[in-house]
Amino acid sequence: MTERHVFGPLALSAHALAVGRGGIALAQGLEFTVQNGKCLLLRGPNGVGKSTLLLTLAGIVEALAGRFDLDGATSEDGPLLHYCGHRNAIKPRLSVLENLDFWARIYGPTGVPPIAALETVGLDHVAGLDAGYLSAGQGRRLALARLLVTARPLWLLDEPTAALDSEGHDLITRLIDAHLEAGGLVVAATHDPITPTDPNSVETLVMAGLH
Amino acid sequence: MKAFTALITRELRLSIRTGGDVLTLVLFFVMIGVVVPFAVGPDRALLGRLAPGVVWIAAFLSMLLGLDRLFRADHEDGTLILLRHADLPFSAVVAAKVMAHWIVSAVPLIVASPLLAVMLALDGAAFWRVVLSLLVGTPALAALGAIGAAVTVSIRRGGLIAPVLILPLAVPVLIFGVGAISTGPGPDLSGSALLFLAAISLITLALSPFAAALAISSGED
Repeated sequence: MTERHVFGPLALSAHALAVGRGGIALAQGLEFTVQNGKCLLLRGPNGVGKSTLLLTLAGIVEALAGRFDLDGATSEDGPLLHYCGHRNAIKPRLSVLENLDFWARIYGPTGVPPIAALETVGLDHVAGLDAGYLSAGQGRRLALARLLVTARPLWLLDEPTAALDSEGHDLITRLIDAHLEAGGLVVAATHDPITPTDPNSVETLVMAGLH
Repeated sequence: MKAFTALITRELRLSIRTGGDVLTLVLFFVMIGVVVPFAVGPDRALLGRLAPGVVWIAAFLSMLLGLDRLFRADHEDGTLILLRHADLPFSAVVAAKVMAHWIVSAVPLIVASPLLAVMLALDGAAFWRVVLSLLVGTPALAALGAIGAAVTVSIRRGGLIAPVLILPLAVPVLIFGVGAISTGPGPDLSGSALLFLAAISLITLALSPFAAALAISSGED
């Protein structure tokens, strides 16, 4: 990371939030606040609504009840969040660099240049390769590189470590560390332990099933 | 604006590199023109009279066939969700995709239309009117198609539902499209038909990005 972005004050808070898919509640009564430099880990067994909560926070699925606010955001800021889901949104037939370059243009090139981001996630040696040939882990790394090319304060990560090797886990830790240091916010659903270097910056929300 | 052109560039690049899709639609378009003379018989006068209708049916069906790829691939690999957080409104994203869709699915048909004109025994003046009416009318088909594709994008294997959905909406395009070419008896109304066609295109182009964006957003829930 060559450029340092420092984000303005921002707080994500949920009040009595209930989330679900297709009108069926998966989790309710969720209360949490995430502030600058803090990381919220969502833990819990499969199917308790971790992914749905992230989709709700990303504004893709409607909340069933309660509300969540992003305090400190003004309407001129434009989109403030990165959502990194199960699907990597990578197009075969475009090279790795073209894929990343596309997202940099679409999201706004406010972060590091694409080639530098590829170097950070360890894909610079395959920059010219057709992205369809990437392995699952490499695809995930390319999806993570997207977080770097556009600087946005709030990261919503759904199973960021899926398909990654142990070195990849370190990469995630490094990325989250750097992001928190710059004043960013992270909400991550995970089964693997993600341990940012500063334990004070981490909060854990254990989600239990309703059924 | 940069993001808008980036989207169009990406769509064009993808369709050039995949290639097959565009070629299949053009072949389908030409094939209809090849088949009709066999079915109707080699009566040049009759073919000439049928030609405007046949060209439009061929264009109409080819564009309907290509509809499914408009949002499907992006929906399946997660791109559509991420585009919701782009640095431009989602309706602008959809507008860019509709525009790119028109370039890759309608422009090749217009380029291939001389082939049809030859096979259907169209004379020179009528041929130019065919090109003009396709040029003016196909944006409406792309725009209406985008709404159909957006409504059905979250349905797995919903590929053929979209064409059925938008078929009734697209009938006026067909009527005025053929009217803009027609060389039939009576007063020549092709000029006003062309204006109507242009109006339909402009209205649908202006409305469809919003409708399609809304359909995609609510389909995700």
